[in-house]
Amino acid sequence: MNSIATQLKQKFESSIHIDSLGQDVLYFSKEDYLDAVQYLKSECEITMCIDVTAVDFLGCNDRKAIEGVQLERFEIVSNFISHKRNERVRLIVEIEENHPTVASICSVFPGANFAEREVFDMFGIEFEGHPDMTRILMPDEWQGHPLRKDDSPARIPVNFTDDISSAEESFQ
Amino acid sequence: MSELDDAVTTLEGTAGNDDARFQNERLFDQTNEGAQGYKKKEVVITGGPWPQDVTDETMVINMGPQHPSTHGVLRLMVELDGEIVVDAKPIVGYLHTGMEKTGEELTYVQGCTNVTRMDYASPLSNELVFSLAAEKLLGIEIPERATWARMLLVELNRISSHLLFQATNGMDVGAVSMMIYGWREREEVLRLLEKITGLRMNHNYIRVGGIAADLPEGWKKDVLEICDKVEKGVHQYDSLLSGNPIFQERMVGVGILSTEQALSLSATGPILRSTGYAWDLRKEQPYLAYDQVDFDVITTSNGDVFDRYRIRLYEILESIKIVKQCVENMPKGDYRVQDKKVTPPPRARIDESMEALIHHFKLFTEGFKVPAGETYAAVESPRGEIGCYMVSDSSSKPLRMHVRGPSFYNLQSMVPMMKGRYFADAVAVISSVDPIMGEVDR
Repeated sequence: MNSIATQLKQKFESSIHIDSLGQDVLYFSKEDYLDAVQYLKSECEITMCIDVTAVDFLGCNDRKAIEGVQLERFEIVSNFISHKRNERVRLIVEIEENHPTVASICSVFPGANFAEREVFDMFGIEFEGHPDMTRILMPDEWQGHPLRKDDSPARIPVNFTDDISSAEESFQ
Repeated sequence: MSELDDAVTTLEGTAGNDDARFQNERLFDQTNEGAQGYKKKEVVITGGPWPQDVTDETMVINMGPQHPSTHGVLRLMVELDGEIVVDAKPIVGYLHTGMEKTGEELTYVQGCTNVTRMDYASPLSNELVFSLAAEKLLGIEIPERATWARMLLVELNRISSHLLFQATNGMDVGAVSMMIYGWREREEVLRLLEKITGLRMNHNYIRVGGIAADLPEGWKKDVLEICDKVEKGVHQYDSLLSGNPIFQERMVGVGILSTEQALSLSATGPILRSTGYAWDLRKEQPYLAYDQVDFDVITTSNGDVFDRYRIRLYEILESIKIVKQCVENMPKGDYRVQDKKVTPPPRARIDESMEALIHHFKLFTEGFKVPAGETYAAVESPRGEIGCYMVSDSSSKPLRMHVRGPSFYNLQSMVPMMKGRYFADAVAVISSVDPIMGEVDR
């Protein structure tokens, strides 16, 4: 357990720490997430948000139960690094299937902007307080969220027209 | 909706005749007539709406996605006040091919063929980070020779990637002869990589458990020859460009980024180092055998386009240093792990052993099972920190394979670099960020 994880665990006692193959991972509730990220920046000398991504666990056969964590379908995974202490920490937030939303960390780390848009685009998880919550990789009129496990990539043939209804017609 | 619509809708209001610029009658008439037709159209822009209300003084134009200096299919929406960039917004997604989704359908054996196509200018970094993540989940140690061979190849790849940057950067800022020189040396490096891996690009050479094949006979001589050629080339570029007053005029003081901005916008690699912040994963969090080789981290302090050019130029020399040490210290032994569940048996064994045949067959049809877990691996690619977040559900395919592309994050730092500068400098800025769109869009 590195110094950042220790400090964070002390401040937020409700968080769950696990050692994932030598890397420090902390499970946070949705309510504490933004506060924890703010605390990371102000007190733990975290200098950079490396990455924000998500995982869809739908249909996962072998998911390990973690004591004290109510596992949900989605997880938001954000990686942080402290250059001063040369340590990394990873925060995971469980996101329920219905109305998946979570607080945006853009106000603390503006670099998470693109990453959160990508998560929204690919998983349909909305970030509250994000300055520009729009699709980034898929076309604006795209329906569905490709990286969800129940979104089959071959269901609708790719049709490069402006009008999505004509694409559906040609498919039928 | 068409590109034209996007570009012209925002012309609305340009007919503000109070402005001194529109006192000229002819100009006034021209603008007014053109703008009227588009005034009432609704603005629909791929990549989201324009963040601020566009004032009467400015206009928004599109640059790309089909523009030679955008390095592929990057589209920039730029808000201009005359020649000055007020705001910019990079719009990506034109090269999106769903590689992360594909990654979930491919086994760990096949996975490298997928990730190698992301950052096509430095494919070996992608393969390396994918392999490191999978090996971490598997809990296997790879042999010494594989480690050093990986390091050798990644550094050769860094050289070729930075040479590509020198070529395209020269072309973008008007030093067109540099394009020929950069490509000349890069081609030599690619030829060597072809000799070692079998392919010029998209090698699929670094695989889970080691490397695909042993280094070919006589590789030492070839590598050292290339080192000499590239070193000579770098000194040529240095004397050709670095002191050139026209080149400096175009680049010095352009696209300045401060350390705070770079850190808050998650910019890594040469962009971060150009602001005077010495952070290189090879030095700070050594992977492979980087703690056993001697090299310097290049930093400069101005954070402008010229500094990013210089950093990449001198990093070539540092990479040559590492390559030479790899040639000297290359250990003998296995080039892939001798774990029969992970590594296919040698071809000769298949003819004589039933087990070998079964292993071979199973490995290439089903792949190997990876214990459930999640991990993040990171390496320093030529563009910055490339990371791989991998989640396994104890099957032979990853449940989630996410690649943190450095270009994707570096694109965000483009905006503060451009703000308040001439539009013509935007081209130099794009070039200096050196985005690879394959990695941005994945």
